[in-house]
Amino acid sequence: MTPDGLPIRILLAKLGFDGHDRGLKVIARSLRDAGCEVVYLGLRQTTESVVIAAEQEDVAVIGISMHNAGHLTLGPMMVQAVADAGLDIPVIIGGIVPAADVPTLKAAGIFDVLGPGTPLETVVATVHAAAAAHPGSSV
Amino acid sequence: MSEGGAPDALLAEATAGSRRALGRLITIAESGGPSADALDRAMVGRPGPGWIVGIVGAPGVGKSTLTGRLAAGAAGGRPAEGAPRVAVIAVDPSSPLTGGAILGDRIRMQGLGDPRDVFVRSMAHRGAAGGLAGAVPIAVRVLGAVGVEVVIVETVGVGQIELEIVHVADTVIAALSAGWGDAIQASKAGLLEVADLLVVNKADRHGAADAVRDLEQMLDAGTATALGPDETWRPPVLTTVATAGTGVAELWTAATAHRAWLIATDRLARRRDDRRRHEIGRRAIDILAHEVDQRVAALGPTAAAATPEEAARRVVRQVRAGGD
Repeated sequence: MTPDGLPIRILLAKLGFDGHDRGLKVIARSLRDAGCEVVYLGLRQTTESVVIAAEQEDVAVIGISMHNAGHLTLGPMMVQAVADAGLDIPVIIGGIVPAADVPTLKAAGIFDVLGPGTPLETVVATVHAAAAAHPGSSV
Repeated sequence: MSEGGAPDALLAEATAGSRRALGRLITIAESGGPSADALDRAMVGRPGPGWIVGIVGAPGVGKSTLTGRLAAGAAGGRPAEGAPRVAVIAVDPSSPLTGGAILGDRIRMQGLGDPRDVFVRSMAHRGAAGGLAGAVPIAVRVLGAVGVEVVIVETVGVGQIELEIVHVADTVIAALSAGWGDAIQASKAGLLEVADLLVVNKADRHGAADAVRDLEQMLDAGTATALGPDETWRPPVLTTVATAGTGVAELWTAATAHRAWLIATDRLARRRDDRRRHEIGRRAIDILAHEVDQRVAALGPTAAAATPEEAARRVVRQVRAGGD
């Protein structure tokens, strides 16, 4: 819930050629059960298709799942695409990301990185923190 | 960008083609309360969409894929400037327990056209009855106000209780699929009563011809009783394979014919007037229900001495005395 009692809207997607969506589906269920409205884009998205959907859906948070070692390329590209569209929407990355790469991603503007084994409560808390840290992204 | 700004500024930006502004306006419409009222007020005098098409049907019959195909076909690209010609509102259920929702209709609409050509908005129904989110009517007004010509509303696929769509759409397409059930199912689900067009999707599967035949028989049986003397529209039964796009153009042509019939017989204006009355009535009930709830919560211990009926009548008298 946002401070005004409305559900947090979050977009979940996978970018590019990466078919591992089981984890993202678990996350979608967990966020739904935490009271979020989850716009599920699923597989084979581009940074552009995510930005267009984020604008139309007016989401507060973007969650990107990565399991193909593309995070150092696509993570910063996603943040840049959001900024280029003039949006203030935090991007969270989940999936397989080596710990050594996390500081690089955060320096590139990724809000947080949630790896395997992250408790679902932590996922929910991170989404809430991201939405709260970017108040311009929700009404 | 005017963050959460005045509705007039957002309406101007959305009319000029800003997806972001239009997305924000629909969020305001969805949020209800004073900001939604102010938005509605700012839209008075602006035109509504020229055509509102509803798509209903049970889960899994292919509504979203069909909607994506119809929308991409109707849009036929996008204007050089301004808002897209076509928009989709896709309603999915909210969890009654947590209020959360998974809005997955967009998945089925991907790859069916350029995502910039059609404005697609997923909407959780947030507990509203009848298969439609309560904010759909005002969201439809927003889309019309910024220049969208055709709005397609896809409703939560709950089958037997989604009849609220008739209070939003000019033309209702009921989607079924091959092997969906026999004629009794179609009758039971109430789809026949609300449908202006019937479409059997997944028509490449076994049982499609049976479904078409059953539907035609149900329509034959209904003709004698259900249709009034001035009723001249019999819902056509069409077949599609939405995943392949087969039959979609024919479905759209048939839907267009329904719209022409509505206009030729003066029904379009009448339907819209009925809808406005319905919405006013529903809001009046909401306002009254809120006042009643407050007074009931404030009832003193003396209420225990009265019968529930007597206490209720007292509450009604109080509500009547309190308002203007």
